[in-house]
Amino acid sequence: MPDILKMENIKREFILGPQVVKALRGISFSVQTGEFVSIMGSSGSGKSTLLNLIGCLDKATEGDYFLDSTNVKSLDKNELAELRNKKIGFVFQSFNLLPRTSALENVELPLLYQKGISRSERKERAMQALEKVKLADRFEHTPNQLSGGQQQRVAIARALVNEPVLVLADEPTGNLDTRTSYEILNLLQELNRDQQKTILLVTHEPDIATFSSRTLILRDGKLLRDFQNITVRSAKEALAAIPVNDDF
Amino acid sequence: MNFFNLLRIALKALRRNKLRAFLTMLGIIIGVGAVITMMAIGSGSKQSIEETFSSMGTNMIIVRPYSNIPLPGGVRIGSSNIQSLTLKDVDKIRGEVTNISALSPGISSSGQAIRGAKNWPTNMQGASVDYLSIRKLSVSIGTNFNEEHEKSFAKVCVIGQTVVKNLFEPGENPVGQIIRFGKIPFQVIGVLTEKGQNTFGQDQDDIIVAPYTTIMKRVKASIYIQNIFASAEKEELSEEATKNIIAVLRSSHKLRKEQENDFDVRTQQELISTMSKTSNMMTTLLTAVAAISLVIGGIGIMNIMYVSVTERTREIGLRMSIGAKSRDILLQFLTEAIIISITGGLIGVLLGISATYFIANFLKWPTIINQNAMLVSFLVCVLTGVFFGYYPALKASSLDPIEALRYE
Repeated sequence: MPDILKMENIKREFILGPQVVKALRGISFSVQTGEFVSIMGSSGSGKSTLLNLIGCLDKATEGDYFLDSTNVKSLDKNELAELRNKKIGFVFQSFNLLPRTSALENVELPLLYQKGISRSERKERAMQALEKVKLADRFEHTPNQLSGGQQQRVAIARALVNEPVLVLADEPTGNLDTRTSYEILNLLQELNRDQQKTILLVTHEPDIATFSSRTLILRDGKLLRDFQNITVRSAKEALAAIPVNDDF
Repeated sequence: MNFFNLLRIALKALRRNKLRAFLTMLGIIIGVGAVITMMAIGSGSKQSIEETFSSMGTNMIIVRPYSNIPLPGGVRIGSSNIQSLTLKDVDKIRGEVTNISALSPGISSSGQAIRGAKNWPTNMQGASVDYLSIRKLSVSIGTNFNEEHEKSFAKVCVIGQTVVKNLFEPGENPVGQIIRFGKIPFQVIGVLTEKGQNTFGQDQDDIIVAPYTTIMKRVKASIYIQNIFASAEKEELSEEATKNIIAVLRSSHKLRKEQENDFDVRTQQELISTMSKTSNMMTTLLTAVAAISLVIGGIGIMNIMYVSVTERTREIGLRMSIGAKSRDILLQFLTEAIIISITGGLIGVLLGISATYFIANFLKWPTIINQNAMLVSFLVCVLTGVFFGYYPALKASSLDPIEALRYE
């Protein structure tokens, strides 16, 4: 399996006045196609910084980062934007859907920033992405007409619409109750298993990490542990285990 | 990103905040509307002034005696008392100046017009048959006097409506009646069509016109005339005709090169241009005031766009994270500002036209909608959008996606 993501001795330093804050102190790892990786760490461990680097929102101070065999180091701002547009799908803790905009239009958004996609193709692909998250029947609904879980599913559809090599989920269940969290995790597991989507999930809850196939633990800007989960929990089973309507 | 996507994104963003977009537009709407209305009123009053003048005869040329040289002893005398114009001058002009279509000597006398128990102080204008056509006057009842009357010093006259009102009972036909001017009886042979006041408030109907020969011989007993009225063949020829008349009169008066004219020639054209200048100045002034409101409208756009950028920081962060380049964001906000200003401009144009119609129909002011004004104010509007939308858009595009996504 080819490496979809490869980091070699990544360092990231921020200069805050006279101080130099070393957020990442040399991190190396690689992720292969089809993996479901969770990144864990307490706050201040460099988790967010690493996420920004993986998401090509930021560039490392030192070290090389290859995304789908492209070395990010040599890219300028616009090329980074293009890379994000084509290779990465973002899922955020707070969904970040555009208000008063239909689910379909929200999902279409990344395609609007791509060249040479016709209106009909855009609609079609957005509908397909909504089907993947089982929300095709709600395509006309605006975010405030959808539940939290449904909103996050729209956001996942948006992350899938550009057919990225990597889905980057930043605490995707952070704003959701347990049941809905499991639903989202189930969806992510299905995408990973059935469609071979590479997923990188950032969380601080150990419980959530058990649903992934591999876990990276960060501490003080360094990779503390990197291990394969021998027993991956199935979100479907976990969902079945909790009683329906328990939070009503 | 292509243009249509850009337009679609901007339109969608605006649709999410319809009321705000409209309120932002309002400044532009009022600005453009005001500019168009003001210019319409300006052009309308300018045209109305010009019409007044043409009703007085645009190609009219008036010659009057004039002297810059005081009498011995230093006394300056009024033009009506200077005796320099004679009928010989009129004949010479008639013989030598080709581009005039009508010519009339003028001599007037003021006095009391009397009929029975009624009397009215007025002015009697002695003139030739052509006078009515030069002054754009016409006879409504009866006839003008003719050349026979001129030759025979006939005591006939044509009277204006004001004179009719003051000397005759309502409904009475003045034609054929005798009125006295001073001690001399005149037979009324025609009544002039009502003309009303001119722009200066002068009553154009308070007039009696009689053959100049009669006035010269029977009323004033003078061999000099006070004016020469002429009509240039065309409005454009009035300047040339003026030059010709000056040349003829100078030779007729045997003036040497270094001597000043002992007469003065004026055309309506000069008056028109003076009045137009005044009217243009007013229009410019009004338009400038209206343009200020357009600028304020533009500042309104800038203000709202800044608020919008701050409020939509997370949206900007999201767009950047899913692949929008700085340029895309810049263009999106710029397009939003331009859409606001263009739409505002279009509505403003409609408002301006409606307001102009309202003013024309209800206040009865003369108005002319100027297409150039519409075009210019619309373009100014678009430029306003670009200018005032640029800085907020630049601010939006220079946001850091990481910071923007985290913005609360």
